[in-house]
Amino acid sequence: MSDAERLVVALGPLGLDDGGEVLLSWRLRTVAAGAQVEVISGRPELAQQGRPWCRALGHGFVEARAHGFVLCKGPAHAARWLGAERAGAVDAHAQGAVVAHPPAHWALAPRGALVEAGTQPLHFALSDRELVWSDDAATLYAQGAAAQWDPATAIPWHERPALAPEIEDAVVQVMTFLIENETAALLVPARFVAQLHPHFREVMQLLALQVADEARHIEVFTRRAALVRGSLGTTSAGGQASLRTLVEEPDFAIAALLLAVLGEGSFLSLLWFLDEHGPDPITRTVARLAARDEARHVAFGLAHLQRHLQHDPALLPRLAAAIHRRHDALAHSAGLNADVFDALVVLAAGSLDPDAIARGHAAVVALAADMDRGRQRRLARLGFGADEAAALSALHTRNFM
Amino acid sequence: MSQSRKTLLLGAVAYDPKVVTIWEGFRDFFAAHELDFDVVLFTNYERQVLAHLDGAVDVAWNSPLAWLQFEAAAARRGRAAAAIAMRDSDRDLSSYIVVREGGGVGSLAELRGKTIAVGASDSPQATMIPLQLLREQGLQPGRDVEVRRFDVLVGKHGDHIGGERDAARALMAGEVAAACMIDGNHLLFAREGVLPAGSTKVLAQTPPYDHCNFSVFAELQDDPRLRRFVELLLGMSYADAAVRPLMDLEGLKQWLPGRISGYAQLERACAATSALAPLLALAEGLP
Ligand SMILES: [Fe+2]
Ligand SMILES: [Fe+2]
Repeated sequence: MSDAERLVVALGPLGLDDGGEVLLSWRLRTVAAGAQVEVISGRPELAQQGRPWCRALGHGFVEARAHGFVLCKGPAHAARWLGAERAGAVDAHAQGAVVAHPPAHWALAPRGALVEAGTQPLHFALSDRELVWSDDAATLYAQGAAAQWDPATAIPWHERPALAPEIEDAVVQVMTFLIENETAALLVPARFVAQLHPHFREVMQLLALQVADEARHIEVFTRRAALVRGSLGTTSAGGQASLRTLVEEPDFAIAALLLAVLGEGSFLSLLWFLDEHGPDPITRTVARLAARDEARHVAFGLAHLQRHLQHDPALLPRLAAAIHRRHDALAHSAGLNADVFDALVVLAAGSLDPDAIARGHAAVVALAADMDRGRQRRLARLGFGADEAAALSALHTRNFM
Repeated sequence: MSQSRKTLLLGAVAYDPKVVTIWEGFRDFFAAHELDFDVVLFTNYERQVLAHLDGAVDVAWNSPLAWLQFEAAAARRGRAAAAIAMRDSDRDLSSYIVVREGGGVGSLAELRGKTIAVGASDSPQATMIPLQLLREQGLQPGRDVEVRRFDVLVGKHGDHIGGERDAARALMAGEVAAACMIDGNHLLFAREGVLPAGSTKVLAQTPPYDHCNFSVFAELQDDPRLRRFVELLLGMSYADAAVRPLMDLEGLKQWLPGRISGYAQLERACAATSALAPLLALAEGLP
């Protein structure tokens, strides 16, 4: 090959130790294996760097020259990418973008990236599209990301409540209950996101955002609970038994049903109730903001269960069986902490006056009915008939979540 | 090859934990190609050469110095040694004698009376070959030039590069006038910042020489298992995802046939320093 036909790569003042190697590698991509390339720069030791550089990368070192060296491009770079695979496509709407069973050896590859063959497999328990995917995930994620609120500024913390002692006690007790439930609601998606194949990027992001939502809920409920008293209320064995069945549920679909559709669905009613009956602006605001997030959590649970059911109608009886199973498991536990029930009545009453208590009690009975209607409506959306939806809703835990 | 043994046994020196990964991986590769193959790891090359002479392994992955030790000891027993394969990266290496830019040393002759830093005493690339270059240029190490050794892990024949890095640091600290290192480490230390860009220059470089090889007794070269071993090595492709990570760890793109034309400088260095004598004395004591 004559000098005239060679590509000449001029590195300016650079050597192969301070960035020139990047420039050279970049330019070498434009030539085929076997081509000769002359490399020149102002560094006197360029040829002395070129010899080991070529050896390490599998290029031939042809000869040293006055201002550099000549190399013969080797086949190693191209060989490395033989057999590489495209891991779906970045845009979920593109044809074949989200595959049914992303392989373990795609591991942490971003969806749409080119994956080197021989990547060590990383096994994710949740790697079946029909089990986890929802076309709504991207939209729900975007809505969720846009709706993030700052606990420091979104709540009127400066409006420090000065409530009657029994009302403040009731707020503290309800907040204590909320924190405990939010903790379960954080742990469940946190566990599943760690088991989810990252190929389902939008679902992964949505679950992560859900975890972050719950972290904020825990923060603001804790802050309101401790604001005046500096201490929290009670947590009952029965309430914890109910939450434990959620945290320990290993099946993604069943967990979505029990937590998102039934639990967080019921919680929505509770938070709206607190927005309506909360005795101070802080309590009302934290309930309202949390409810906004919960509505998204419920929507995702419903969306991916609906998709799952389209592909696997046999899931429906499994879901019904899971509700029965949980009911049986909790049959001998106390259900809702009596302190929480009482606190809700007092909150809605606004005082311990008997007439007010009567109104408060009626409001809490109405709340339970509202929760029941919501559960029935959502169960019907999953495909249960009206009677079965009513029967299943009645089996839901008395702990609300 | 031991007649009583079915398995082809390879000896390798564990100069780094990655050696275990590499040879476990290659063992799987050979097993997948129905070659009954296993590996024995040694902590130092002398132990490996003695075991090889004794028939405890059939083939040894030898440093250039271990190759010369094996070849010389075999010759004393009337047996010939052969190198059957090597890495592409084992061919045509060079060692550099490096000085500080502007440090006032412009030629080898100007090293007279000064101190030069080298690596481990048994490192062909960082000590033996560059000091031989000085000798052949009329500078006797220890007499005309003071030698400061950075002995890290003697017995590993310089495979562990810590000694060379320490020598390079001593150069930049101004403790020595020059430092010896293999060309690839010169580039590596520049990238690491141990030798900042533009702060050093290569005062001299050795002619090209070769590094490791797979050594055997020559009369065993035609054993079917050894032939299969070489055939599988040479057929290993960097495009094969199953072996590419191992080839990356071992630092090669392709296995090549062995050659023994690249060891003359080291041979002269051994002759000048009687470097083979201790191993040969040990080998005499073998049954
Ligand atoms: Fe929440
Ligand atoms: Fe939630």
